[in-house]
Amino acid sequence: MSARRGWLVARPGLGRTLGFLRKETLQIVRDPSSIALALVMPVVLTFLFGYGVSLDAEDVPIAVVLEDPGDAARDLVASLQGSPQFEVVRADSMPAAERLVREHRAEAVLRIRRELGEGLAAGGPAPVQLLLDGVDSNRARLIGSYVDAAIGRAAAIRRLRGEAPGVPLVTAVPRTWFNPALRSTHFLVPGLVALVMTLTGILLTALVVAREWERGTMEAVLVTPLRPGEFLLAKLLPYYALGMGGMLLASGIGVTVFGVPLRGSFAALFAISSLFLLASLGLGLVISSSVRQQFVAAQASILAGFLPAFFLSGLLFDLGSTPPAIRVISHVVPARWFVEASHTLFMAGDIGAVLWRDAGVLALMAFVLLAIARRKTTTRLAEDRA
Amino acid sequence: MIDAPAALSFDGVTRSFPDRHGGRTTALRGVTWLARAGVVTGLVGPDGAGKTTALRLAAGLLTPDSGAVRVLDLDPVAQVGVVRDRIGYMPQRFGLYEDLTVGENLRLFADLQGVPHAARPDRFAQLMRIAGLGPFLDRLAGRLSGGMKQKLGLACALLKEPDLLLLDEPSVGVDPVSRRELWKIIDGLVAGRGIGVVVATAYLDEAERCGEVVVLDRGEVLATGAPAGFAAQQRGRVLELEPAPGEPPRALQVACAELPGTIDSTIRAGRVRVVTASPPRVEQLAAARGARSHAGVTPSFEDAFMAQLAGRHERLPVGRRERAVEPAADDVAVRVRDLSKRFGAFAAVRSVSFDVRRGEIFGLLGPNGAGKTTTFRMLCGLTSISDGEATVAGRDLRRAGRLARLQLGYMAQKFSLYGALSVVENLRFFGRAYGLRGRRLRERIQVGLEEFGLVERRDDEAGRLPAGYKQRLAMAAALLHEPAILFLDEPTSGVDPLARREFWQRINAVALGGTTVVVTTHFLEEAEFCDRMLIMARGAVLALGTPDEIRTLARTAAHPEPSIEDAFILLAERQGDAA
Amino acid sequence: MIWLRQVWALAIKEFLTILKDKRSRFLVIGPPLIQFFVFGYAATFDVQDVAYAVVDQDRSPESRDLLARFAGSRNFECVATLDSPAELRAWIDPMHARLGLCIAADFSERLHSGRPAELQVVADGRNSNVSGIALGYVQAIVADWNRELATTRGGGGGGGVEVVERSWYNPALQSRWFIVSGLPAQLVLVVVMLLTSLSVAREREQGTFDQTLVAPLNGVQILIGKSVPPFLFGLVDGLLLSAGAVAWFGVPFTGTVPALVAVLGVYALAVLGIGLFVSSLSATLQQGLLGSFVVTMPAVILSGFTTPIENMPRWLQAATVANPARYAVAGARAVLLEGAELGTVVGFLVPMLAVGAVCLVSAGWLFRLRSA
Repeated sequence: MSARRGWLVARPGLGRTLGFLRKETLQIVRDPSSIALALVMPVVLTFLFGYGVSLDAEDVPIAVVLEDPGDAARDLVASLQGSPQFEVVRADSMPAAERLVREHRAEAVLRIRRELGEGLAAGGPAPVQLLLDGVDSNRARLIGSYVDAAIGRAAAIRRLRGEAPGVPLVTAVPRTWFNPALRSTHFLVPGLVALVMTLTGILLTALVVAREWERGTMEAVLVTPLRPGEFLLAKLLPYYALGMGGMLLASGIGVTVFGVPLRGSFAALFAISSLFLLASLGLGLVISSSVRQQFVAAQASILAGFLPAFFLSGLLFDLGSTPPAIRVISHVVPARWFVEASHTLFMAGDIGAVLWRDAGVLALMAFVLLAIARRKTTTRLAEDRA
Repeated sequence: MIDAPAALSFDGVTRSFPDRHGGRTTALRGVTWLARAGVVTGLVGPDGAGKTTALRLAAGLLTPDSGAVRVLDLDPVAQVGVVRDRIGYMPQRFGLYEDLTVGENLRLFADLQGVPHAARPDRFAQLMRIAGLGPFLDRLAGRLSGGMKQKLGLACALLKEPDLLLLDEPSVGVDPVSRRELWKIIDGLVAGRGIGVVVATAYLDEAERCGEVVVLDRGEVLATGAPAGFAAQQRGRVLELEPAPGEPPRALQVACAELPGTIDSTIRAGRVRVVTASPPRVEQLAAARGARSHAGVTPSFEDAFMAQLAGRHERLPVGRRERAVEPAADDVAVRVRDLSKRFGAFAAVRSVSFDVRRGEIFGLLGPNGAGKTTTFRMLCGLTSISDGEATVAGRDLRRAGRLARLQLGYMAQKFSLYGALSVVENLRFFGRAYGLRGRRLRERIQVGLEEFGLVERRDDEAGRLPAGYKQRLAMAAALLHEPAILFLDEPTSGVDPLARREFWQRINAVALGGTTVVVTTHFLEEAEFCDRMLIMARGAVLALGTPDEIRTLARTAAHPEPSIEDAFILLAERQGDAA
Repeated sequence: MIWLRQVWALAIKEFLTILKDKRSRFLVIGPPLIQFFVFGYAATFDVQDVAYAVVDQDRSPESRDLLARFAGSRNFECVATLDSPAELRAWIDPMHARLGLCIAADFSERLHSGRPAELQVVADGRNSNVSGIALGYVQAIVADWNRELATTRGGGGGGGVEVVERSWYNPALQSRWFIVSGLPAQLVLVVVMLLTSLSVAREREQGTFDQTLVAPLNGVQILIGKSVPPFLFGLVDGLLLSAGAVAWFGVPFTGTVPALVAVLGVYALAVLGIGLFVSSLSATLQQGLLGSFVVTMPAVILSGFTTPIENMPRWLQAATVANPARYAVAGARAVLLEGAELGTVVGFLVPMLAVGAVCLVSAGWLFRLRSA
């Protein structure tokens, strides 16, 4: 014990850092809100995303107006009924079906006209009408393609039975790499990891440093021999640990509960997460040392950290389809690079070309942001009366 | 002493800050002074004098615009690392971590200042004993009372025994007993290790204890030197008047204050103390009023300080002089019987009973943690009553709280009006909240603005007013609805001597107008302004009576003319021994 | 009367504090505006310019014709022409291309001989949504091509079922309409929540609460006085940005103004209740801020704002019944896109009122408990 202490006295910087670190840890442990944000929120968010956010559609109520009593039409309805995506509701007439849509009891109407059987028999075009509730355009588009697929299956059955003339000339044979069943959970959970780390790295960090300014503890600490580098290190370490904890929780739940594969190496995930978290911590520290007020720091970290991580990262919304200006801006968002790497790591594996690029950009961002944070952490008060 | 090396020196230092209008206000204007090792140097001056800026410059927290600051013969900016290893600094609002316990705060600052582990147990124990915090090591700092926080802050700054100690108003909100303890620590450091200490303070009796004093006002050094030397200049200009039997000292004090040539007039130990440029005038007045004049009084530093500042600050006209109501024992404004307050198992107030008479100034005194603030908050309806009864202006607080509150005005210890709102908007809000409106509201606001000299500041943002004006505004707001009783919670804590005098003048006028005033304070010399006072300790009543009666309790052959402070400390010690 | 005048005084004071304080003034304007544009432009589910690589080992007129359809579509963008399918990995792995289209050497030969020919499509499944939609587009292009080929050639295969699609409410299926129409509700949430938590926290921070508490005001009055300004600012922000959605992003306004005011107003009340509840639970500014954040996030995710509630498991759908954001988003969409009137939105208003009332009562109870 005394040997250890002697060692500490010989390195006063280490003693100071450890002391400050201990204080930071005690504060985290005592404040339920920081634990809630850093460790409970990741769990809640993962479950919310895993269960609550899904871009797939299942059991879509579809109203079918069957005006053609023929076999072909019945095959079509049977194909819809057999599909897991649909729940067929029969409607007597078009007005009745439209009312179902208006009352949100059906999301689509398929009207099979009397001419269907004749048209098919004649080998000519045989149109069916599909009416979609277009409010949720993404879902409407999915429903449209599900209906197409159901019709395709019906035709194939009829061809097998020899009822359909000829065969289609070209068939598109899709094969999906990395996520064959196109499960949106596999896509969402890896991206969510970025969001979880943003919360701890930017929001919580910005708040705790701003709090030191606001409560006047900063002035008391500034005049002690604690150096800015030691201050930053002691602030970084606990929140780095919390952030990585959140990351492990979210990925762990993703893999075990939601069956998301982790095809890449854990080491790569750990390394890239660390780089991203360091960049986030850097941003959080820059924000808080610039504004020095908790409330403003919270606003700034939501606007500069959370919103971009959600909207400009490709986590939910595809960047490739946004206006060019947005695409350009997204390049300075750390989360954009991390989400790309995370998708690759979880679903594709250690693909060097992607990972090295993303890791490189993140490392650069972390370096720049931490360097700015170091410059901003002065041992002096601001120009105006603080 | 002159040969002692300079621990801190300012040479032609100027420092300004940007103001709201794009210009700059100068906080320090080419000041030159020095503090020697082995001496306590007092930095004294009213609010806005530049005391805090000077200490921050010395700690290297700010850089000077021009001029040179040297700390222990080092540059506090360029050699910041070395300097901070050797200084201790206690900011005005010491930043304790409120979610850490007392012990954890100590340990943190010991770590940060590199206090060797071997030295810690003794040092901690010593500091905690002096600060009286020993039993509270495991309590969260946020749960300590204001004075205890202040003592803990000072303990944290003293952990290391630095070569230069900078203290920014260390004893604001600290009771007299604790203040004496603080000074024992400081004197011990100076005598034992010969370190330099610089103390910015608003307590002039503390300045008197300093080896040297620097008087600052509006960014300029007015004078430097030993306090005794200052005081000597006033020899022959200080008189003490003993009022004629039956005349309250307050009335005589007001009369003296109005005499031309009067620099200062206060009440000390039942007598009126006057500093004047023309002693004969005061003698005449005394003769006319049948008061006995004691000439040849030894001047104090406070007298000299007031003389230094005379003419540099505006003086307020004295308000009303005649009493509207004569307080009588059977005309009760606040009636308290067996009042108790428990927080869990802890009894903060234990069965306290007293009456406050209508139209009197009633003081509530006691050391930190005595339960006076809790009692006070119960009377204002801010804290619920556990047991007993309290009646305010004839309304039972427990049953008719709202009606009782209509009758009372309240001024919090900290400025608690809305900082973003202008002066007049604040008044309008509080007026309306008390149900005033229309012409009546406009009239009351106008009266308030005029009476408190706020007319020209009516549209200024309240949060940006100078401290003195903030206090005037707070009082104007509390009096807007003409309450029967005015509650003041440590109104003069952290207020400079000038503003304190002005404030008591106003309180006096308010009381003369028939409003009952209940006030808590740490400044025991201010207790002289009260008609009667209650001294509390450990949740119970220690003494109750007029200033004269309280002083009598401490009168001994060795000490024939004790001050209230002497009596207070005696009582507190006696109770401490009994416990 | 006095009662109301006192409430009025409190409300005016709150208004002035919000408008005079730089940070809360910014709060009323800044974040809503930024979110309006970020959501409007960046939150899109539309799929455009999908990068793809081509492997055409047939190089026949037919294969070129089919591939030309992809090149001509605004949904696709060709980034590479490769020699063998093996090279695809080098494009898809590093995300330079999202799709690979492969045509084998016997493509035209099979077509001529009447045997089925294949277009091999490789999709990057990392973004499941984009891939799914892109694959749908591929199917549609191939089906069109088939039909045309069959018609020009005559004979079999040209027939088959042809789907004629029509979408109500959002004919062009623009996801921007979907997102932006839910936006006003989102902004009401953010503004009301933050202003409420700020106004309580600020009083605690500055110690101004005592001064108000010693005045002859009761809890209900203080609560109402504090609530009026956040409510009004939230409502006005919501309405202004609804107008912005129509004017700037071209979202239709098919319902009635009273219906919109009712939906957003009642929602603002419900959020107010939640905001006060969170404030009453939190002792410090940090707890208040994080608390409101912890409430806001799930409320948004489970509101159907970006992803449909229908996709959630039943138990979670049941839980969203208590989420006022859900009704507000659906209500705003009903008014903007589906032509809802006041009578139609009543169903959305009742649950929001219920949630708001429960929270308000609990908040009042907690405030009293703490101040005792």
